[in-house]
Amino acid sequence: MTRFAVCAGYMVLLYGFIFLPVAVLVLFSFQDGRFPIPPFRGFTLRWHAEILADDALVAALFNSLLVAVVSSAMALLLGFLAARAVASGRLPGAPAIRGMLTAPLSVSYLVIGLGLLASFNMAGLGLSLGTVAIGHIVINTPLCFAICLAALGEPQLSAERAARDLGAGEIGVMALVTAPMIMPALVAAFLLSVTFSWDEFIIAFLLSRFDVTLPVEIWSLLRSGLNPKTNAIGSLVFVLSAVAILAVELAVLRRK
Amino acid sequence: MAPAGAVTLEARERRRALWLVAPALVWTAVFFALPFLLMGLMSFWRRTDAGIERIFRPDNYAAIIERPAYLEAALNSLEITLTVTVLSVLLAYPLAWIIAEEVPKRYRRLALAMAVIPFWTSYVVRSYAWSLVLARQGVLNDWLTGIGLPALDLANSRAATVIGFTHFFTMLLTLTIYASLVQIAPNLRKAAADLGAGPLATFRFIVLPLTLPGIAVGAFLTFALCIGDYVTPQILGGGNDLALPQLIMLQIGRRADLPMAAALSIVLMIAVTIAYLLLARFMRVGAR
Repeated sequence: MTRFAVCAGYMVLLYGFIFLPVAVLVLFSFQDGRFPIPPFRGFTLRWHAEILADDALVAALFNSLLVAVVSSAMALLLGFLAARAVASGRLPGAPAIRGMLTAPLSVSYLVIGLGLLASFNMAGLGLSLGTVAIGHIVINTPLCFAICLAALGEPQLSAERAARDLGAGEIGVMALVTAPMIMPALVAAFLLSVTFSWDEFIIAFLLSRFDVTLPVEIWSLLRSGLNPKTNAIGSLVFVLSAVAILAVELAVLRRK
Repeated sequence: MAPAGAVTLEARERRRALWLVAPALVWTAVFFALPFLLMGLMSFWRRTDAGIERIFRPDNYAAIIERPAYLEAALNSLEITLTVTVLSVLLAYPLAWIIAEEVPKRYRRLALAMAVIPFWTSYVVRSYAWSLVLARQGVLNDWLTGIGLPALDLANSRAATVIGFTHFFTMLLTLTIYASLVQIAPNLRKAAADLGAGPLATFRFIVLPLTLPGIAVGAFLTFALCIGDYVTPQILGGGNDLALPQLIMLQIGRRADLPMAAALSIVLMIAVTIAYLLLARFMRVGAR
C-alpha cells in the first residue's frame, strides 16, 4: 500500500511538473484581461480571434506550413533514395556514406544555421523562405534516411528483384513495389520531418529575412512581454503539433 | 577494355546504388559539410573595422581564452548543462521505472504518451510558458503566497533556465530510459532473486547496469541539445548571465563578427564531442 502511495505520489508530482506550463499557457489564452497572469478573470475568445485577424501571424503560419511540407517532401525523397542504395548491399563504401549522411544529426542546429548563413553570405545569395527550406532539408534528410533504412529489409529487396526480373523499370520498382511496402515508415518519416521543420526556430531565424516562419514571428511577439495573444497562438501551435504527432503514432501503430 | 556485354550484374547494381545515393550525398556535402568547413576556416579569420580579414590566425581563440566574458559564458553553459543533465536523469529515472514496472500493462502506453505530450509544444512557446509560470506575479508565486510561503524571484535567472531545460529533458530521458527498462528480460530478475538478491541488490547489479545505455544516450542528447540551445536561456535566463549560444548570437547580431561566432561555435562543438567521447562507451547503440 505504501509502495503504491509513493509511486502514485511521484507520478502526480512529475505529471504536474510536465503539464504545468502547457496548462498555464492554454488556460490564460482565455484570460479576460490584458495580462496572462493570475488571477484568472474569466473566459474570453478575444485573443484567439485576434491572432486570426493578425495578417503577419497568419502569413507566418502559411509560410511555416509551406516550408515544412516542401522541405519534408524533399528530405523524404533524398532519404528514401539513399536508404535504398545502402539497403541494397551493393553500395561501395557504404559505412562511410552512412556516416556522412547521418552526421548532421550530431551537430547543433545553431552551428548548422551559422555555417549556412556564412556560406550564403559569401555566395551572395539573399535570404528567403527558400534558404530556410534548404536548412530544414539538411536536418531532416538524416532522419528520413534512418527511418527508411530501418524499414527496408530482405522482403523488400526480394520483391524488388522479382519486379525487376519481370521487366519493371527502376522508377516502376520504386513507386509500385518498394514505396507501398514501406508506406507506414514513409508517412511517419514525412510527418516527423514536418513537425521538426514546423517547430524549428534557430535555423529559420538565421536564414530568413522578410518572409518568416511562425516560430520566428512568435519570437518577435515575445518582445512585447507577457501577452494573452502569445498564449493563444502558442496553444494553437501546440494543438496542431499534437495532431501531427498523433498521426505519426497511428501510422507507426498500423505497421504492427 | 571489357566489351559492354561483359558488364556484370553486380557492377550494374553497384552503379545504380551510387546513382540513388548521389542526390542525398551531394546535398549533404554542399549544404552541410562545406558550410561546416567554411566555418572552421572562418574561425581563423578576423573581423576588423574595414571588414573581414582573410588571414589565417588564431586570434579569435586567443581572445576567447583571454577575455573573461567569453570564458565565463562557456563556463555558464557548462554549469547549466551539467546541472540540467543530472537533474533530468534523477527525475526521469523513477518515472520511467514506475511506468515500466508499476503501471498495469494496458495503461502503460497511455502513461508514457502522457509523459511526453508537452514535448511537442513549440519550443519557443514552451520557454514562454515557463516565463508565465515563473514571473514575479505568475502562477507559482500566486500559489506560494496563497499557502503562506514567501514569493520567489525566479524570473530572468539561471534557475529559470535550468527549470525550463529540466522540464524538456525529463520528458526526453523518460523515453530513453523507459525503452531500455522494458528490454530487460524478466528471467534475469527472477534469476537474481533465486540467487538470493534482494530488490536493492537486483536493482544495483542487474537493472541499473542494463539501463546504463539508455541513460547514456539520453544524457548525451541532453548535453548536446542543452549546450547548443539559444532560445531557453534567452527567454528564461535574461541578459545577465549569458550562455555560450547567446554570446554567439550577440556576435552576429550586434557586432556582425561572423569569424568570432564561428570560433565560439567550434568551442561548442568541441564540448559536445568531449561529452560524446566520455559517454560513448556506455551507449552501445544498437545492442539489444
